[in-house]
Amino acid sequence: MADFIVSLLTGLSSAAAMFLVASGLSIIFGVTRIVNFAHGSFYMLGAYIGYTLVQAIGSTAVGFWAAVLIAAVAVGAIGVVMEILLLRRIYRAPELFQLIATFGVILVIQDVTLWVWGSEDLVGPQAPGLKGAADILGKPIPEYDLALIAISPLVLVGLWALFKLTRWGTLVRAATQDRQMVAALGVNQRWLFTGVLFLGSALAGLGGAVQIPKGGADLLMDFNILAVAFVVVVVGGMGSVFGAFWAAVLFGILQTFGIQILPNSTLVLMFLVMAVVLIFRPWGLLGMPETLGQAHPGPPEQPLRPALPRVRILGGAATALLLALPVAHLVLPQLVGAFTLVLVIEIMVFVLFAAALHFIMGPGGMVSFGHAAYFGGGAYAAALLVKFADAPFEIAFWAAPVGAALLAFLFGWFCVRLSGVYFAMLTLAFAQIAWAFVFQDMPGSVLRTFGIADEFGAPLKITGGDDGLNDIWPSAWAGTRIAYYYIAVGLSVAALWIMRRFLYAPFGYTLRAGRDSPLRAAAIGIDLTRHRWLAFALSGAFTGLAGALFLFSKGSVFPTTLEIARSFDALLMVLLGGVQSLFGPIFGAAALTWLNDLFSVLSYWRFLLGVTIIALVLLLPQGIVGFAGTRLGRRLRLARPEEITA
Amino acid sequence: MTAPAGAPVLGLTGIDTFYGRAQILSGVSLEVRRGEVVALLGRNGAGKSTTIKSIIGLVRPAGGEISFEGNAIQGLEPFQISRLGLGYVPEDRRIFTGLTVAENLEVGRQPRRANAPEWNHEKLFALFPNLAAMTGRLGGLMSGGEQQMLTIARTLMGNPTTILLDEPSEGLAPVIVEQVAKTILDLKAQGLSILLSEQNLHLSTLVSDRAYIIEKGSIRYEGPMADLAENEEVRGAYLMV
Repeated sequence: MADFIVSLLTGLSSAAAMFLVASGLSIIFGVTRIVNFAHGSFYMLGAYIGYTLVQAIGSTAVGFWAAVLIAAVAVGAIGVVMEILLLRRIYRAPELFQLIATFGVILVIQDVTLWVWGSEDLVGPQAPGLKGAADILGKPIPEYDLALIAISPLVLVGLWALFKLTRWGTLVRAATQDRQMVAALGVNQRWLFTGVLFLGSALAGLGGAVQIPKGGADLLMDFNILAVAFVVVVVGGMGSVFGAFWAAVLFGILQTFGIQILPNSTLVLMFLVMAVVLIFRPWGLLGMPETLGQAHPGPPEQPLRPALPRVRILGGAATALLLALPVAHLVLPQLVGAFTLVLVIEIMVFVLFAAALHFIMGPGGMVSFGHAAYFGGGAYAAALLVKFADAPFEIAFWAAPVGAALLAFLFGWFCVRLSGVYFAMLTLAFAQIAWAFVFQDMPGSVLRTFGIADEFGAPLKITGGDDGLNDIWPSAWAGTRIAYYYIAVGLSVAALWIMRRFLYAPFGYTLRAGRDSPLRAAAIGIDLTRHRWLAFALSGAFTGLAGALFLFSKGSVFPTTLEIARSFDALLMVLLGGVQSLFGPIFGAAALTWLNDLFSVLSYWRFLLGVTIIALVLLLPQGIVGFAGTRLGRRLRLARPEEITA
Repeated sequence: MTAPAGAPVLGLTGIDTFYGRAQILSGVSLEVRRGEVVALLGRNGAGKSTTIKSIIGLVRPAGGEISFEGNAIQGLEPFQISRLGLGYVPEDRRIFTGLTVAENLEVGRQPRRANAPEWNHEKLFALFPNLAAMTGRLGGLMSGGEQQMLTIARTLMGNPTTILLDEPSEGLAPVIVEQVAKTILDLKAQGLSILLSEQNLHLSTLVSDRAYIIEKGSIRYEGPMADLAENEEVRGAYLMV
């Protein structure tokens, strides 16, 4: 019994940071409809700034808590700066475009933090006055844990009072439901949004600062907490602070007991719980359905139409250039080096990946935050077949798209029932399950529970965890650089062409109809769920194909191929290229892969990339391909006269 | 009251509004004078709501001019237009369903202005006795008629000089429509100017001084409401379904 109570308390204390970060994310989303990817970075900044302040003034109990609060306010101020300088300019941009901007902010903050505080993990100082352990039923429990347990309810009550008892809070709740109406009643939303960004960011900063004595500060905190915060928000219900609280408590307790029952399984467990909750309550425990008819602020999307002759010619020329490149390499090796071929292979891999994601995102209207699951999943399927079944290249290669399609078929069954942000979050959750499955080598662990282990009783290496799977190469006939180049270019171009055919076939029309008006599509007898499911699986297959090309070009595969950052990369490529055009993902992927390569030799390449992304967002709010719709693009006859957007 | 009765308060000149590439309004011109109730009549999809939304700034007109109390307001943000004293009562009521009646009223509250009647809870509850008994009820748990009263009351909390009423009779029982008519006349008696978009000819005849008929995004008829009520030919051409 005492053990149980102590575990419960430990669980509750670990819920504190989760709740603080998640409630901030939830509040920001509720009012601005922006999924703030940079929220994890604010948490990380809270920890670093808090660390520095605690070093300076935190020797007394008063000083320590003052340092924590100042850190929270400082991070809130950073959130305000982001809102005023960046978000405010793009609220009218197409939906989801703000995602890219906040993604740029993540990269900038990562490098600024690295530059200011260095790459070493910082070990947090203990809180003065709370260094000891309290005795609970004969078991010791750190006093600081008890302080953390107290913080969440205090903040919850504070937020409740703020939202329920002040005019500002009433306006925020009203704006969460209907921003337009609030504006029409004479409320200047701009300052409402700024205030919300301050509050939400400060909560993230507070979460980061209060956990210093337990976890310190490190550079991986941002993505680590982001996935957790997303799950808490989604399970609690987007926009619901109480929901975030109960979900954080649930996961805090789940983590503590999960470790005891199934070590190495906490992540998987967390995402499984999320999947189960969303199946029964698609809008989370305390969330409300997304209001239909709240039109997004951007201009209406242009319909997809056959490409203009000039665009077709450009496409053909680009393909011809790609096919001629190895010849140029043989004739003029000084001009077209071997590295150029390697870079083009990589670009084609990501073009295919981005196009496959765009397949469901653009025409399907389904934004997946977790498409790396099918990229890495496909690669692992092929690699495992090579490693454990000695499958030849020619067979293993095709296991990637097939395996990825099956995975997408399975995950898709759950996801396609939801829409909007809930769909996005569920895809993220499944991707994290897949990542944890590989990273923690679940198959090895499971085999060991059946008594199958190596001679020392340790789990067998199946996925290899962090070490990945190595030494997986194509057959000799395909192994030369030029042969593999033609395989990669040929298969990607063919796959792009097939996807294009799908989108101009009745299947594609149906998808777009369902995206633009689900109710009307259903009313004319379209089984929308089935079409979306099929599209999801198809997209998974093409993504898996990209994964196979990637695997055999590198000769190895690591869990990083399934991680969140990889999914976000693909998302970034699609959004940066322009969701409204089939050429968007191609340009986006090519530009981003090239930029990555260009900047990667520099020490602060993330900063540069982040700034470039932010600049692109501000200058080309329709994505790179949106350029065709500008006056210059029209003059070059890349778009129809009526398709001017700027 | 600063401006003399009968002077123009709200004027639209040649308003063009598009949704994407589809032109919804072409050259809409109309005028509301101080203390007047003006009906904007038309069938479904004729452009009534778009006219109202163009005035309050929820939709941006591509061309034309809108003046309110002597200010050019086209291109301003909705909150700026609203703060000049122009109240907007939306077509589908748009009650904040998660907020109580009192909180819904709070969202609408704005400082009082010199040239408009001032509203507070007591005065509103005298006008809408039903609301007085349910200040703590969630907006989402009210009947359609109660919501219609609340949405008007919420707009009045901004102490407007003029209100835009978008199809207040939509979906309401005839007895409630009578109440809406009484409310409109009450507000008129307090000196408010009202632009009423309606399909319900009965309600419009009861309350309006003048009327415009809009059809396919253009004004087709303009005249005193009493004349329109007797002009069967015009009614048949533009209003009968």
